[in-house]
Amino acid sequence: MASALINVPARAKRGEIIEIKTLISHVMETGFRRTQVGAVIPRNIIRRFVCSYNGAEVFSADLHPAISANPFIVFSTIATESGTLAFEWTGDNGFSVKETAAITVE
Amino acid sequence: MERRAFLKIAGGVAAGLGLTGIVTVKPARATPAEMQEAIRAVAGSARITPGKVKLELPPLIENGNAVPLTVTVDSPMTEAEHVRVVHVFTEKNPQPYVVSFHLGPRAGRARVSTRMRLADSQNVVAVCQLSDGSLWSDSAAVVVTLAACLEDGI
Amino acid sequence: MRRLLIALGLLALAASAFAGEIALSDRRSGYELMGRELRAMQDDDTANPGMLWVLEGAALWKRPTGAASRACVDCHGEAAVSMKGVAAHHPAFDAAKQRPVSLDQRINNCRVDRQQAPPLAYESRELLALGAYVARQSRGLPIAVTIDDRMRPFLDAGHAIYERRQGQLNLACSQCHDDNWGRQPAGNLIPQAHPTGYPLYRLEWQSLGSLQRRLRGCLTGIRAEAYDYGAPELVDLELYLMWRARGMTMDAPAVRP
Repeated sequence: MASALINVPARAKRGEIIEIKTLISHVMETGFRRTQVGAVIPRNIIRRFVCSYNGAEVFSADLHPAISANPFIVFSTIATESGTLAFEWTGDNGFSVKETAAITVE
Repeated sequence: MERRAFLKIAGGVAAGLGLTGIVTVKPARATPAEMQEAIRAVAGSARITPGKVKLELPPLIENGNAVPLTVTVDSPMTEAEHVRVVHVFTEKNPQPYVVSFHLGPRAGRARVSTRMRLADSQNVVAVCQLSDGSLWSDSAAVVVTLAACLEDGI
Repeated sequence: MRRLLIALGLLALAASAFAGEIALSDRRSGYELMGRELRAMQDDDTANPGMLWVLEGAALWKRPTGAASRACVDCHGEAAVSMKGVAAHHPAFDAAKQRPVSLDQRINNCRVDRQQAPPLAYESRELLALGAYVARQSRGLPIAVTIDDRMRPFLDAGHAIYERRQGQLNLACSQCHDDNWGRQPAGNLIPQAHPTGYPLYRLEWQSLGSLQRRLRGCLTGIRAEAYDYGAPELVDLELYLMWRARGMTMDAPAVRP
């Protein structure tokens, strides 16, 4: 069960730069670790994170194994209009999580 | 197989490869040269100038599993002049790539934070590309210590 | 009358300190020994990875489970009210078991007795989530385990484990954590070992974990046989550590290197 913790202001003024914080639970297994008997633990990471604002992509990130477990990403966007911010994380083994947050822009 | 023959073949192979005695297995580790290759692979062949982008990392962290990292680029972030992408690389992790952040004029501000893994004390490099195609870089050195009483598989 | 007063005074003093213990005014939480960046990670609920487990715990709190199809909220109501201070008082005496139990054990006792559900495995995601959620409700409160005549023998047993040399390295907990805290053998800072922040997100584990996990790790670190999860020795030791940290502020879920 993946939990995601998203921090977005519920309201903002038009044109204001808002900061968005995202935290998602994921082991981000690098593929470089070995078990006690020497077998490689296969890579299992989130590879891509995309934030869309009323359908338009406003930020994205390509992640590699060097990103810590439970990836934390803070970025900003301009509050242009009221609507929905959508967040999507995709990765190895068909990992896919989508979350949304509503924003009111006055 | 008869013992003497086996040793002879093994010795022959070893001499051919220029190996002597014990073969050790080293943990996977990139080198500064591999980092440069990775930077070139992603940023192309244009000149990279130090400046504009700023990499913030703690000079010392108690555990390399989660090192807070912030990249900021001095840019008005307008349609005409903005940051397209910021890449981060390391020189001594098992592989050199860390993350690529894709920005654009809707970001408002070119400032992104995350947490990264550092396998050892080393240099971290950020390369950003602006909307005019120019490339800028910054680097920071981090010392990584380790938590006490390392335990395995409890 | 005077003899009674002296006797009472001595009784009060008897539970107040063990020889060799860190002076109450010198006690420092592991939080104070961390760098600025890690303290910032702990303080920000939107950045603290431990909050992912607290979130999950909040969801589990409301989920009906077991043959009784009952959720924690059905008996306990809002956790912010009913669970306030609970983690700060555990390990606490359990009349049915006639010994102190840890918070994890108390959660499992509730599951078995009241929800008619199987107990959650130690260090399982669900048990950690519920433990983190309950411990979060004690944040900012002083640690206050109750030591009365019933608890006294278990406190003494925990103290004895703390003072006993163990393992191939033949070290007692007190040698590092009472006598040499703040020093840095091989560059690794020795904390005073107060359990103010458990369950906590340990960077070494890249996960949230319990105090028992940490104690087992420490024992393995000195090359001693680690007690099993839920063993009475671990609960006694946990009781001693919480009593030793009495009055210190709870800050779960903490972040530590």
